[in-house]
Amino acid sequence: MSYLAKPKFHHPALEANSLGFTHRDYEGSISTLCAGCGHDSISAAIIHACYELAIPPHRVAKLSGIGCSSKTPTYFLGQSHGFNTVHGRMPSVLTGANLANRELIYLGVSGDGDSASIGFGQFAHAIRRGVNMVYIVENNGVYGLTKGQFSATADKGSKSKKGVVNSDSPIDMVAIAIQLGATYVARSFSGDKAQLVPLIKAAFEHQGAAFIDCISPCVAFNNHEGSTKSFDHVRAHNAALNELDFMTARAPITADYEPGRSEIIKLHDGTSIRLRKLDARHDVTDRGAALAAIHEHQGKGEIVTGLLYVEEDPQDMHMGLGTIDKPLNQLGEADLCPGSAVLERINAALR
Amino acid sequence: MQPTDIANPDYFHKVVDCQWACPAHTPVPEYIRMISAGRYGDAYMVNWKSNVFPGILGRTCDRPCEPACRRGRIEKEPVAICRLKRVAADYKEDITSRLPKAPAVKNGKRIACLGGGPASLAVARDLAPLGYDITVFDQDPLAGGMMRTQIPKFRLPETVIDEEVGYILNLGIHFKGGHKIESMRAVLDQGFDAVFVGTGAPRGRDLDIPGREEARAHVHIGIEWLSSVSFGHIDKIGRRVVVLGGGNTAMDCCRSSRRLGGESVTVVVRSGFEEMKASAWEKDDAMHEGIPILNWLVPKEFLHEGGKLTGVVFEKVKAEIDAKGRRNLVPSGEPDHLIECDDVLVAVGQENSFPWIERGIGIDFDKWGMPAVDARTHQCSRPGVFFGGDAAFGPKNIIWAVAHAHEAAVSIDKYCNGQDIADRPPPMTHLMSQKMGIHEWSYDNDIRNDLRHKVPHKDPALALKDIRMEVELGFDGKLGLAEAQRCLNCDVQTVFDEDLCIECDACVDICPVDCITFTGNGEEADLRGRLMAPAANLTQDIYVSKPLKTGRILAKDEDVCLHCGFCAERCPTGAWDMQKFLLNVTHAGDAAGEPACRSAA
Ligand SMILES: Cc1cc2nc3c(=O)[nH]c(=O)nc-3n(C[C@H](O)[C@H](O)[C@H](O)COP(=O)(O)OP(=O)(O)OC[C@H]3O[C@@H](n4cnc5c(N)ncnc54)[C@H](O)[C@@H]3O)c2cc1C
Ligand SMILES: Cc1ncc(C[n+]2csc(CCOP(=O)(O)OP(=O)(O)O)c2C)c(N)n1
Ligand code: SF4
Ligand code: SF4
Ligand code: SF4
Ligand SMILES: [Mg+2]
Repeated sequence: MSYLAKPKFHHPALEANSLGFTHRDYEGSISTLCAGCGHDSISAAIIHACYELAIPPHRVAKLSGIGCSSKTPTYFLGQSHGFNTVHGRMPSVLTGANLANRELIYLGVSGDGDSASIGFGQFAHAIRRGVNMVYIVENNGVYGLTKGQFSATADKGSKSKKGVVNSDSPIDMVAIAIQLGATYVARSFSGDKAQLVPLIKAAFEHQGAAFIDCISPCVAFNNHEGSTKSFDHVRAHNAALNELDFMTARAPITADYEPGRSEIIKLHDGTSIRLRKLDARHDVTDRGAALAAIHEHQGKGEIVTGLLYVEEDPQDMHMGLGTIDKPLNQLGEADLCPGSAVLERINAALR
Repeated sequence: MQPTDIANPDYFHKVVDCQWACPAHTPVPEYIRMISAGRYGDAYMVNWKSNVFPGILGRTCDRPCEPACRRGRIEKEPVAICRLKRVAADYKEDITSRLPKAPAVKNGKRIACLGGGPASLAVARDLAPLGYDITVFDQDPLAGGMMRTQIPKFRLPETVIDEEVGYILNLGIHFKGGHKIESMRAVLDQGFDAVFVGTGAPRGRDLDIPGREEARAHVHIGIEWLSSVSFGHIDKIGRRVVVLGGGNTAMDCCRSSRRLGGESVTVVVRSGFEEMKASAWEKDDAMHEGIPILNWLVPKEFLHEGGKLTGVVFEKVKAEIDAKGRRNLVPSGEPDHLIECDDVLVAVGQENSFPWIERGIGIDFDKWGMPAVDARTHQCSRPGVFFGGDAAFGPKNIIWAVAHAHEAAVSIDKYCNGQDIADRPPPMTHLMSQKMGIHEWSYDNDIRNDLRHKVPHKDPALALKDIRMEVELGFDGKLGLAEAQRCLNCDVQTVFDEDLCIECDACVDICPVDCITFTGNGEEADLRGRLMAPAANLTQDIYVSKPLKTGRILAKDEDVCLHCGFCAERCPTGAWDMQKFLLNVTHAGDAAGEPACRSAA
């Protein structure tokens, strides 16, 4: 951590996006996490993704629970809305917020403890309801904030800093998310921004429940030999299925690709991604294939990363519920109190 | 790119832009930190060692360091490096006990320094503590050269010159004032072990146009006029004055005229305002005193009536680029411009002249009458005779004269000890970690936006009344501290250890100015385009590491690094460290008065 505020100076040649903001304008206050924490890199990736998408900061709501990971929303998008819930309750509060105001862009940030232990139920229901959000789990395999106990995502057989071996089976967040009906599921690594930033951008464009499990080494408690969430281990066992090029309608990517090795996936409002397939067999639109790939690589001791599954026409919670298009805070008295005639009609329908 | 060799003394020296740009390589950030700490005497001594005349230079230096200053690349204006030197000089305690003493026992070698300007004085200062018996000759009664005779007192008070020249003469140096050297042969015949020529560039150029002869009583050569003013031989000038020329001399002439009765003083230059040789701040000071600067006017004729000057006629010109791409001044076709005046000061350049050096005594001259002098050793074609300051390569300034002097003194010491003067020891460098705790550094790394502070000036109405009244009041302690805090501590270097880096990206993410990139290696031009922020400033180096575990390299663009140390604070492994780089230019002797430039026996 650092005590001093980050200097306001930025590189004189820094480019501004269409809103006139540089990436520095998407920062928050200075991080108090341990120096080198993977979570800070994910914050930086979020900053770059929002800057590149020219997202108006005041249209974003950041929600998180408890944990080092859940502290990070303070460190990015300083001009956005924020809500720090009690431990594990972020998905429920996010769901409620989204019901009340569907016009904001929802970003849920959580940890493996926050989402796979205490908040496992909340996580499951927000995903299965198809809440339109970006849900990022900053996964370090430990409870960082409480000094490094194994979390539910710690691999069986992995060693703690003190040498204790974990005997419990891990929860694989991406497998669960796919099974629960998430319509955009990816895994990445805090140490690979080239992969992570486009994945976050595509998740923002995806109009449904987008889930990213991001391995994020805890330098203080889980970056030693014997850990399967360390920088060295993840680098040595990373099996990326694909690489993403993010394309907006205005500036499509023109590079040539080997036929059969690339695929275009539509996202929203004319944006799309071009997948460069590193594993030609993998079909990202096939839920079963995604689960199979996850299990196959896991069996080999590999960590599968990249875009695992995506549905091009996602359903979101509001469609299912038939809710009104407008945020509740924009409804006038006439909408909120339609009068006794309407009440009559409703009652009549129920008789 | 090849991994950067940080053991090369030049690499980190270049990062300290101001020190690199200073001809004498003054350790600028080191003394500025001392000023922040209120250690004025220490700050003065750091300067005194490097540039010999801190109080004088703190008022008059041409400050090549300031355009180089990094703060100027991230904010509008550089740190006021020069005026901070004056802060050290103004507020220091008595430092006389810290000055070297001439050894009681001399080394038996006799050195003659011809001319008593900054070049000769600095040679004397470097050599006297080593036991040399030094005689300085000058035609003027007092030592100081043009610092005393040309630079007006309203910019540089006499007391400051007396003090700093005194520090040197007190080292047991024989000063022979009022002693004009008429013959080099005669000097050489006196059997000195070495002779240093520091006689400056004493001749002012004239302007040979119609009317010059007839109006001679009212047309003066700028530098001659200024020295007469300085000696008190001249104390008034006509009401309407025209100053021809756009350099330092012109600025001092016009401002002096305003103080000696010139009510309407005009500076006229041949080409554009931007191309004038005078520094921006000198032009500002002149204009601030109500002196207009007219440009694109070439003097054509002096008008006169009965031996009295009545005005100057100018031709209007414009700049044109010819077929070969050269810029020429051509008549613009507009009617001539007349300025009526009572006196003209001609300040159109300065020249060397060595009528007193006989030909055929082994000192070769080129076709322009300049001696053939080696740029590094300062020796001329006759062994044992060295040139420095304005006498060596034409008119420059005080800090260059000092820089020449250090080199010449090294040569003289080696020469007098029978050593090869071309074999010169490289500078000594030290790197020292500044880490004091997890996020504690022994320097102030809290970098803030902070615009340059203005030096307070005397009210012009008062300042114009007295030619000896100093115009600039200097920073007071508070302003000096505020300005000192603007320094980015560029000597506290970011030092990278590839063996420790785990490529966590923390430094990349935190760097406020996007200096740091981990990427695949490549040729420099390609690499510069692939960094977090494009590295377009080619004068600034890219610090490249050996390959890391992932096969990538670290590439750090030195250009706008704030030296804030955030990278090092964020690094979990200490792969980055902030280390203070100190560079000691090799002088003839060291602080203890021991020889420092001789090769091992
Ligand atoms: C008007 C003016 C303003 C200037 N302002 C600045 C400024 O603000 N800042 C700056 O850095 N520089 C300034 N300069 C330039 C600066 O003064 C010189 O570059 C510097 O003094 C050169 O030092 P020097 O030791 O080589 O020679 P000088 O200072 O010229 O000293 C040479 C000395 O040798 C003596 N001498 C010459 N011939 C003989 C002889 N035959 N016998 C005996 N003695 C002799 C001269 O009388 C003189 O005292 C200015 C110059 C002028 C003309
Ligand atoms: C209700 C409740 N139970 C327990 C805690 C203690 N606690 C704080 S953070 C945390 C675990 C956080 O782990 P994770 O979400 O993985 O975050 P990390 O710090 O690893 O990023 C726990 C158990 C709490 N704050 N509240
Ligand atoms: S304890 Fe671990 S997770 Fe928490 S800030 Fe430190 S490195 Fe990051
Ligand atoms: S010191 Fe480090 S963090 Fe600060 S600007 Fe320089 S490279 Fe960036
Ligand atoms: S913070 Fe340190 S370990 Fe991490 S990438 Fe930078 S230099 Fe390497
Ligand atoms: Mg965790």
